[in-house]
Amino acid sequence: MNPKTMNKLALTTIKVITGLVVVILAFLLGRILLQGVPHISWRFLTTASQEFVAGGGIAYQLFNSFYLLVLTLLLSLPISLGAGIFLAEYAPKNWLTEVIRMAIEILSSLPSVVVGLFGFLLFVVQFKLGFSLIAGAIALTFFNLPLLTRNVEESLKSVSNLQREAGLALGLSKWTTVLKVIIPEAVPGIVTGVVLGAGRVFGEAAALIYTAGQSASVIDFTNWNPFDAASPLNWSRPAETLAVHIWKINSEGIMPDAAAVSAGTSAVLIIVVLLFNLSARYLGNRLHRKLTSADK
Amino acid sequence: MDPIKTKIQTRSKETRQEIWGQLLSYAAIILIVAVVCSIFMFVASKGLATFTKDHASLRDFLFTTDWSPTTMGKDGRPLVGALPMIAGSFGVTVLAVIFATPFALGTALYMTQLAGKHGQKLLQSVTELLVGIPSVVYGFIGLNVVVPFVREHFGGSGYGILSGAFVLFVMVLPTITSLTVDSLRAVPSHYQAASLALGATEWQTMYKVTLRAALPGILTAIVFGMARAFGEALAVQMVIGNATLMPHGLLTASSTLTSVLTMGIGNTVMGTVGNNALWSLALVLLLMSLLFNLVVKWIGRKGRI
Amino acid sequence: MDVGKYDLNDTEILQFDPQQTELALTTKDLQVYYGKNHAFYDGSLQFERYKITSLIGASGSGKSTFLRSLNRMNDGVARVTGQIWYRGLDVNSPQINVYQMRKQIGMVFQRPNPFSKSIRDNITFAVRENGIKEQKKLDEIVETSLKQAALWDEVKDDLNKSALSLSGGQQQRLCIARAIAMQPDILLMDEPASALDPISTLKVEETMMELKKNYTIIIVTHNMQQASRVSDYTAFFHLGHVIEYAQTKNIFTFPQKRATDDYVSGNFG
Ligand SMILES: Nc1ncnc2c1ncn2[C@@H]1O[C@H](COP(=O)(O)OP(=O)(O)OP(=O)(O)O)[C@@H](O)[C@H]1O
Ligand SMILES: [Mg+2]
Repeated sequence: MNPKTMNKLALTTIKVITGLVVVILAFLLGRILLQGVPHISWRFLTTASQEFVAGGGIAYQLFNSFYLLVLTLLLSLPISLGAGIFLAEYAPKNWLTEVIRMAIEILSSLPSVVVGLFGFLLFVVQFKLGFSLIAGAIALTFFNLPLLTRNVEESLKSVSNLQREAGLALGLSKWTTVLKVIIPEAVPGIVTGVVLGAGRVFGEAAALIYTAGQSASVIDFTNWNPFDAASPLNWSRPAETLAVHIWKINSEGIMPDAAAVSAGTSAVLIIVVLLFNLSARYLGNRLHRKLTSADK
Repeated sequence: MDPIKTKIQTRSKETRQEIWGQLLSYAAIILIVAVVCSIFMFVASKGLATFTKDHASLRDFLFTTDWSPTTMGKDGRPLVGALPMIAGSFGVTVLAVIFATPFALGTALYMTQLAGKHGQKLLQSVTELLVGIPSVVYGFIGLNVVVPFVREHFGGSGYGILSGAFVLFVMVLPTITSLTVDSLRAVPSHYQAASLALGATEWQTMYKVTLRAALPGILTAIVFGMARAFGEALAVQMVIGNATLMPHGLLTASSTLTSVLTMGIGNTVMGTVGNNALWSLALVLLLMSLLFNLVVKWIGRKGRI
Repeated sequence: MDVGKYDLNDTEILQFDPQQTELALTTKDLQVYYGKNHAFYDGSLQFERYKITSLIGASGSGKSTFLRSLNRMNDGVARVTGQIWYRGLDVNSPQINVYQMRKQIGMVFQRPNPFSKSIRDNITFAVRENGIKEQKKLDEIVETSLKQAALWDEVKDDLNKSALSLSGGQQQRLCIARAIAMQPDILLMDEPASALDPISTLKVEETMMELKKNYTIIIVTHNMQQASRVSDYTAFFHLGHVIEYAQTKNIFTFPQKRATDDYVSGNFG
C-alpha cells in the first residue's frame, strides 16, 4: 500500500477508536443516569433499605458513605502530610529513601481486596474491633495513603525553592517554613488530590466488605452522642456503604426491586463522584486565593 | 555577657520545632512502611500456613484443579488446586489488556498528536471520568449489559471470562491511556519534526518515531493496566459466574483469585484449612502485585539505557 | 583576552587592625565545595561594622557562594569549611543555633521572593513567629521597615494586597523590608537591584545608605557604578578567589592587581 493511503487509513482508524472510547463513556454515563435517576426521589434518599420487600431507600448507606469518608480523611490526611513532607523536604538521597518510595508504590498497587482482607485480619479479628466504621476507615486509609502522600509530595515540590530560602533566611525553622509558607502555597494541589482521592474512596467497596461490613445497622438521626450504639456518629457499628450496597444487592439481593434500587444507588454514587471530580479543581483554586491574599 | 551571643549558642523555639516536626514526619513515613511490611507479613504467615500447618502441597496448589480445601485428597492432603482461579485471573487480565491496548494507544495518539486544545481537554475528562466510575458500578453495568450481550452473541450463560474481560477492558482503558499519554508527551517534539521534515507521513512518524521512542512508557502503562485488572475484585466477581472449575473456554462460569476471596472469606472460620487456603490465594495476589512492580522498575531501567 | 592568565594566588587583601576598627564579621580560610566542585577558595575577609562592602566579579566567580555561606544558607547544599567569626563565635560550627544566627545575619536574595501572603503578613509573619504578637507593635514595625525600604508611600493604602501583585522592584524592596523587620545586625544582599529599573535601583541605594547607620551591609553587585556609589569597601572575586579587597575608591582608582584593573576598566574576559 502506498504511504499516503496507509496514512489516511491509520489516521482514520485512530479517530474511529477515539470516537468509540467517547461513545463508551457516553453510553456508560447515559445508561447509569437514565436508568437510575428516575428512581431517585427524596423518599429513596431518606428511608432505610429493605431486604425482602420493595420500596427500600438508601438513607443509612448514604450517611455511612459520607461519614466513612470523613473518618478516612481524618486519619489519612495527617499521615500523608507528614509522609509527604518527609519525602519532599527531609528525605536524604540514599537507598533507604528509594526503599521507602518503593514501599509506597507497592502499597498503591496492592489490590484493594488484599488491603481489605488485611484490615479484616488485623483490626476486625485480631484487635476485636468487629465489622465497624473505624475498621473500614483504617482499611480505606491504607488504600488512600500512597496516593495522597505522593500528591502531597508533588505539591510541595512544585513550590519554588526561593520560598524555602526566604523562610530559612528569616531564622524560621525548616518545619515552620514548610508548615506556614510552603504548605499554604501547595494547598491547591493538595486539595485537588484530596478531593480526587475522596471520589475514589467514596466508590470503593472491595476493601470494605470485610471491614465496615455488609449490614447497615439502624441509626437514630436524633442521637448525636458518638458513644451510643444507635448514634450516626458511633464508629464501632457495622456500616454498609453505597458501593457495598450495590454489590450486595447484585450478588445476593432478593428484594423484588433489586435492579431499580441498584440503578438508583449507582446513579447517586456516580453523581457524587462526578461532583467530587468537578469540585476538585474549583475548590483548589478558591482556597489558594483565600490563603494567599490574606485579607484579614 | 552579650545576650545575642548567648542566644546564638543555646537552643531555641526553632530548634524544638524542628525536632518535633522531623519526628512527626519520620513517624508518618515509618507508619506507612510498617503498614506495607505488616501486610506482607500477615498475609504471608496466613497464606503459608496452608502448606506448613495444613500440609497442602505447593505443587498441587499451583498445578492441580481440585479446589475443595475442606476435603482431603487420596494422599491425605487437603485439595487446594488453585489452578482454575489462577488461570481465570490470568485469562481475564490478558484478554482485557489485549482489548484495551489498541484503544488506549489510538486514543493516546489522537490526544497527543492530532487533537486540538479542546479535543485534548475533552479526552482528558473522558479518561478521568472512566477512572472515577466505581468498580461496583462497572460490575452492575456488566451484569445488566455485558452478560446479556455475551449470552446473546456468543452463547453460554453469559457469565464467564469473556464477560469479565469486557468489563475489565473498560476499567483498564483509562489507566493505560493516561500513562501512554504521559509517555508520548515526553517524546521530544523535534523527533517528530525531524521525521516529518524528511518527508515521512504522519502515520509513519507516529509509528516509527513517536511510538518507538515512547515504547518503555507504553509497556509500563500496559503492566499497570495488567496490575489493575489482576487485582480487581468486585466488578469481575459480579460477572464471572464464580465456579471454581477449570475454565473450559471463555463462556463458561469460572472464577478468579479475587472473586473466590471475596466470596469465601466470610464463609470460612479463621484458622481452618478452608480459610488458610483462601489466604494462600491472597498471597498469590500479593506476590503478583509485587512482580508487576518489579517489571515496571525493570522496564524503567532498561528504557533509560 | 584570556582570563586564565591571572595569577590567582597573587592577592591583595585589606587587613584591619581589630584594636582600631570594629569588625562585624570575619571569615578565615573559608572553602566551599559543591560536591567535588571546589567553588570558593581560601577566603579570609574582615567586614567593618556599619559599613557597606561590595563583592564584585564576573558571573560564576563565587560571590553568591561566599555570601550564602555567611549565614549558613549553604547548609545541605554545599560543604563549607573554615571559620566565620561573629561576636566572638565561629558560626560555621555545628553547635551554633543557625535559626538565631540568621535572625542576626539577614539576607536579601538575588531574585525577589516575597511570600504569597499579603504585604503586611510578609513583614509580620516572621516577627510574629519570633514572639511579637501585639497588634500596635506589629503595625509600627510594618510602617518603619517599609519606610526604611522606601516602599511605604507606595503601599501604605493597601497593605492587605497580595505581595505578588507588586512589581518586581517593589517586591524586592518588600523583601528588604521583611529582612529589616527582624532587626538584624548584618544584612547580606545578593544583587538586590539586578531586577530593578533605574529609579527603583536608586531608591534601594538610598535605602542602603540610610540603613548603614544601624546595619552592616554586604552586597553582591554587577553594577560597578553602584559599588562605587554606595560601598565603603570592595572585594573583587575571580574564579572562586578573592583577588583584591580594599577601600572602594582604591579599587576603582588604583587597583593593585591586573585582574582587578581589567575588570573595573571593562577590559576583562
Ligand atoms: N547549588 C549549586 N550546586 C552546584 N554548583 C553550584 C551551585 N551554585 C553555584 N554553583 C557553582 O559555583 C560556582 C560559583 O557560583 P556562584 O553562584 O557563587 O557565582 P556568582 O559569582 O554568584 O555568579 P552570578 O554573578 O552569576 O550570580 C559556579 O561555578 C557554579 O556553577
Ligand atoms: Mg550570584
